[in-house]
Amino acid sequence: MADESYPDDLLYHPEHDWARIEGEIATLGITWYAQDALGEVVFFDPPALGATLKANESYAEVESVKAVSDVFAPLSGEIVEVNDTLSDAPDTINADPYGDGWLAKIKLSDEGEKSSLLDVGAYKGLLKQ
Amino acid sequence: MSPATETLRRTPLYDRHEAAGAKLVPFAGWEMPVQYEGIKEEHLNVREHAGVFDVSHMGEIETRGREAEAFLQHVLSNDVTEIAERGAQYAALCREDGGVLDDLFTYRLGSDRYLTVTNASNHERDHAWFSERGAGFDADPRDVAADWAMLALQGPAARTILAGLIDGESAERMRTTEAEVAGVDCLVCGTGYTGEDGVELLIAPDGAGEVWDALVAAGAKPAGLGARDTLRLEVCFHLYGNDLSEDRNPIEAGLGWACKLDTDFIGAEALRDFEPAQRIVPFAFTGSGIPRPGNPVLVGGVERGIVTSGSLSPCLGIGIGMAYVPLGATEPGTPIEIDVRGKRRAAEVREKPLYDKDKETPE
Repeated sequence: MADESYPDDLLYHPEHDWARIEGEIATLGITWYAQDALGEVVFFDPPALGATLKANESYAEVESVKAVSDVFAPLSGEIVEVNDTLSDAPDTINADPYGDGWLAKIKLSDEGEKSSLLDVGAYKGLLKQ
Repeated sequence: MSPATETLRRTPLYDRHEAAGAKLVPFAGWEMPVQYEGIKEEHLNVREHAGVFDVSHMGEIETRGREAEAFLQHVLSNDVTEIAERGAQYAALCREDGGVLDDLFTYRLGSDRYLTVTNASNHERDHAWFSERGAGFDADPRDVAADWAMLALQGPAARTILAGLIDGESAERMRTTEAEVAGVDCLVCGTGYTGEDGVELLIAPDGAGEVWDALVAAGAKPAGLGARDTLRLEVCFHLYGNDLSEDRNPIEAGLGWACKLDTDFIGAEALRDFEPAQRIVPFAFTGSGIPRPGNPVLVGGVERGIVTSGSLSPCLGIGIGMAYVPLGATEPGTPIEIDVRGKRRAAEVREKPLYDKDKETPE
């Protein structure tokens, strides 16, 4: 399992999800805190390509042996890619939550929404509460 | 800390669990370790080597008296007269209508002395039931839960680890002995809840830490209640509160083998003419997904049953579970579907056990 970290270049959602925005595409995943709380991920059920995500709503589930956790969309958009490697190795989400453990990529439908997300300082502040 | 947390009970090993980095969760009124390193790892270690579980939350009732045997024969579903001295037996505790109050192991410690191990969540109710139903017998069922801590040492290496620490005779399967383990008096029981060989040790609470430390030093790795649950599910042992409840009787639950109706135990009469509409079956997913308790079971596309236990099987790498299904769907190989939060997942009824160590090697 990875050491605790929260990269500076990401935007964070209070439900412990992150987004990396590059142009009109955002890569989405769950934070170190979320994967640690869940434990070893044994199943990721990806959303369908082309599905529409609405910010603050659940778009997928990650499961450990004992628990199911909803994954929330930090931003709205359309799924353009899902991380297929997770079906064989879902624990990549634990090993590399911000890298190879990404979940999905979306084409943003409302770039203005990013102003409602937290920067790394605000997210770390939230975790300390 | 919330009021609910303040009232949780802690076992004598609590500090050791905390120091080992366990994730501690509320369970049946106790603060118990659900995992240390990870459920999968702890599970596989028990299948391949040996793990030690703190199960001190389990309760105990000691029944003594001239009519102890007759009394237990009255309340327990199995034939108590078949327990030899130093033997052990599994039974259900039933209401008059057959509803299951608990499932229990009883150890015969002497000719008129028995120790019954209860589930933590049912312990007080069980003891009240024993006391009430024992009124007409020369038998005294005492709540001795506070006198005992309990460790389960399980896995193919369990007996080798124990052999290096025991002074006295170990217990064969379904037998008990009294011996010193790491210099501490223990009741050694050849029982368990994992499908592996091993023992359960009943120890005075003061000595439990020393025994735990010695077992860990000798190579048994701490395993939490999470792994205990996945281990028992792979071999289709029932979990009270999931697979057994007051709303189900032992016949539906597949525990007919532990019900000797001719002993006239409480509930026997109701079970005698009972024709079940559903029975519990083990099942496995044929594709992806993980079943969870409460998921509906579909037979021929129609909702006909319910999942009572479900998890990923660490050894098989697939979703497995137990479910109540209608009688026509109990044959191994019957295709069923499980509705997992709105997604229908393909599964099939299997034989028990779901994991058979003689046939399969863990991944």
